[in-house]
Amino acid sequence: MEKFCNFEGLVVPLDRANVDTDAIIPKQFLKSINRSGFGQNLFDEWRYLDHGELGMDVAKRKPNPDFVLNQARYRGAKILLTRTNFGCGSSREHAPWALQDYGFFAIIAPSFADIFLNNSFKVGLLSIVLSESIVDRMFCEVNETEGYCLAVNLEDQMVTTPSGKSYRFDIDSLRKSNLLDGLDEIGLTLQHVEKIKAFEEKHRVEQPWLFK
Amino acid sequence: MQTLYDKLWKSHVVQEGSDDTALLYIDRHLVHEVTSPQAFEGLRIAGRRPWRLDSLLAVADHNVPTTERANGISDPLSRLQVDTLDQNCEELGITEFKMNDLRQGIVHVIGPEQGATLPGMTVVCGDSHTSTHGAFACLAFGIGTSEVEHVLATQCLSIKKAKEMQILVDGTLGHGVSAKDIALAIIGKIGTAGAAGYAIEFSGGTVHALSMEGRMTLCNMAIEAGARAGMIAVDDITIEYISGRPFAPKGDLWEKAIAYWRTLRSDEGVKYNQVVKLDAAIIKPQVTWGTSPEMVTTVDGRVPDPLQIADSVKRKDMERALKYMGLAPNTLISEIYLDKIFIGSCTNSRIEDLRAAAEVIKDRHIATNIKLAMVVPGSGLVKLQAEKEGLDKVFRDAGFEWREPGCSMCLAMNDDYLSPEERCASTSNRNFEGRQGPAGRTHLVSPAMAAAAAVAGHFVDVRKIH
Ligand code: SF4
Repeated sequence: MEKFCNFEGLVVPLDRANVDTDAIIPKQFLKSINRSGFGQNLFDEWRYLDHGELGMDVAKRKPNPDFVLNQARYRGAKILLTRTNFGCGSSREHAPWALQDYGFFAIIAPSFADIFLNNSFKVGLLSIVLSESIVDRMFCEVNETEGYCLAVNLEDQMVTTPSGKSYRFDIDSLRKSNLLDGLDEIGLTLQHVEKIKAFEEKHRVEQPWLFK
Repeated sequence: MQTLYDKLWKSHVVQEGSDDTALLYIDRHLVHEVTSPQAFEGLRIAGRRPWRLDSLLAVADHNVPTTERANGISDPLSRLQVDTLDQNCEELGITEFKMNDLRQGIVHVIGPEQGATLPGMTVVCGDSHTSTHGAFACLAFGIGTSEVEHVLATQCLSIKKAKEMQILVDGTLGHGVSAKDIALAIIGKIGTAGAAGYAIEFSGGTVHALSMEGRMTLCNMAIEAGARAGMIAVDDITIEYISGRPFAPKGDLWEKAIAYWRTLRSDEGVKYNQVVKLDAAIIKPQVTWGTSPEMVTTVDGRVPDPLQIADSVKRKDMERALKYMGLAPNTLISEIYLDKIFIGSCTNSRIEDLRAAAEVIKDRHIATNIKLAMVVPGSGLVKLQAEKEGLDKVFRDAGFEWREPGCSMCLAMNDDYLSPEERCASTSNRNFEGRQGPAGRTHLVSPAMAAAAAVAGHFVDVRKIH
C-alpha cells in the first residue's frame, strides 16, 4: 500500500443516501480477476446510458450527461461527498478499488457501512466521517462554488474548506498509522507468528474438533 | 457477566490492540470464486502459503449456470473465474466442491450443511452474507479481498470490537409468517444502517422456536440491517442440526464439543448497548416496494407517498426509488403485478424454504402473466432432498423451472437475470438497483409469499390463500 499524503482536491457531490456497492461497481465487472481497471466502470449504471459489460471500450459508450461525475466542472475530482450509509451491501473490495482507480483519494459522508469502511482503509482510500450538518453545508457550498476544493490533512485529522474553515474528523489510531506508513498489514501480523502459533496450540487442546 | 459475543470474541483473541481492536484467530475460512482470485494472486506474489489448509473450504457459486451443466460455463469471463478458483485450490491443496460435485451450492448453505460451520467458531468469507453462520453461535462476518489474503496468510484478522445489539423477538408467529418476514420487519423498523457498528444477537422465544433454516435466514439478513454479524445462542435445535454432518465431530469429541457448545449463550441479565423488541404475533407478511431493504411494508399496505415525508434527503430517495420501481404512490401492494418469480439465494433456498413454497403451490399453477418462475435450490444436497420428497414435481407441475444450485438471480452474474423493467418477487436479500439485472425491479418476500404471488400473478396475502 502507498503512503497516504496530505492533499487538496476537487470535490464532487453525490447527493444520495445508502449508495450500495452494487451501484458503485455492478456485478458484471466483478468477473475480472485483476485488481485494477475498475475505475472506468465506477457507478456504471448511473454514469452511462448504455449497458456496460467487462471488456467494452468505454470511449464508444454513451455517458449520461445528467450524472454528476460526467459534468465538466467536476472532472478530476479527488474527493467524493455523499450521504449516510455509503457503501452498504456486499463486501466487494472492488468498490474501493473502483473509487481509487477513478482517482478518488477520500470519501466524505455522515456514515459508512462497516465492511466498506474497513475495505477502504485496507486499500488506502480515506473514508472521512463528518456530521450530517457539516456534510449538508458542504453540499450547499459545492453546489454554489465551481472549483470547490477541500484540503485533507490526515496527520492532524482535519478537512479545510476554501474559506479556511477546518473540521476535525475521528479515525482509529491503527488505521491512521497504517495509512500514513503505507504498511503491509500481513507483514505486520506475521511479526506475531509465535503468538499465533501459541494460541493455535492452546486452541487445539481446548477445542480439538476444530482441527483435522 | 458476558454476552455471547463477548465469549466468542474472548476465546479468539491472539493479541489485544489499541482502540478496542484485537488480532483474532479465525477457525473457518470459506472461499468463493468472485472475491478470492486477487487474494490468491497477492499471496503468490508475496511468496506466502495458506497458514492452515484444514480451515479452508472453497466452492464456486456466484458464476455457475443453473441449467444443464454438462456443457460447462458458456460465458468465458465466468468460466475463467471458476477455473481460477479450481486451479488455486488444486495448486494449494484446498478442499473444494467443484461445480459438478453433489455437495456444491451457495457457500452459506453448504458450510452449515456439511457441519463445517460449528458453534463457537470464528467464520469468515469474502462475502457479506457470512453473517448467516451466526445462527450456530459463531462469530461470522464478511470480509474484503485484502482480508481474505490476510486470513489465508496468517489465520488471523485485526478487528475492532463492535457494540452489541439485542433483538428480542417474543410471541407466536402467525401462520404463513416466517423468519424472512421477521427479518424484513426488523429492517423496516431500524433501517439498513440501524445496526451499523453493532453485532446483533437475536434472542427471545420466537427466535428459539425457529428451525436452523429460519435462524439462518434471520442472521443472513443482519447485514441488511447494517450489522456485520448476527448470532443466536446454542440450544437443542442447534445441536440436533449438526449431529452426524460430515465435518462435525464424532464419538468422544462430539460429547466434549456439545458440553462446550452449551455454554455459548449470553449470561442471564447481561447488558447490551442497545435492545430492540418485537412482538412476533403482530408481524404480517412483508413486501419491499423500493430499492433498499428498509423500503418495506406489509402485504395489506400501500406504496408510500413521498409527499408525506418531511426529510428532503429521504423524500428524494423515495421518489427516485419509486421512479426506478415504476410504482405510483399509494398503490396497493396487492395490485402490484409480477413478471418473474425467483425462489433461491442464501437467504431462502434451504429445504424448509422449498417446502413452504411447495405447500402453497401444490395443485395450483402459476398465473399466465408470469413469464418465468424458478426454483434454485441452495445446494446439490438440498436439491436431492427436495426431489426425494417430490417437491420438484410439485414445482414443475405448477409451471416452475427446477434448476441446479447456485446464487443465480440473487445477483445475476450468470445467465439468470431480469430484463429491464421486469418485475420480480424474489426470496433473496437485496432489492438494490440493477441487482437482479440492469433496470430490473425486485420485491423481497418470503418463499411462501413468492409462491402465492406466482399463483396469483400479483402479491397476495399468503395467509388468505392458504
Ligand atoms: S445467494 Fe446472493 S447474497 Fe447469497 S452469496 Fe450468493 S450472491 Fe451473495
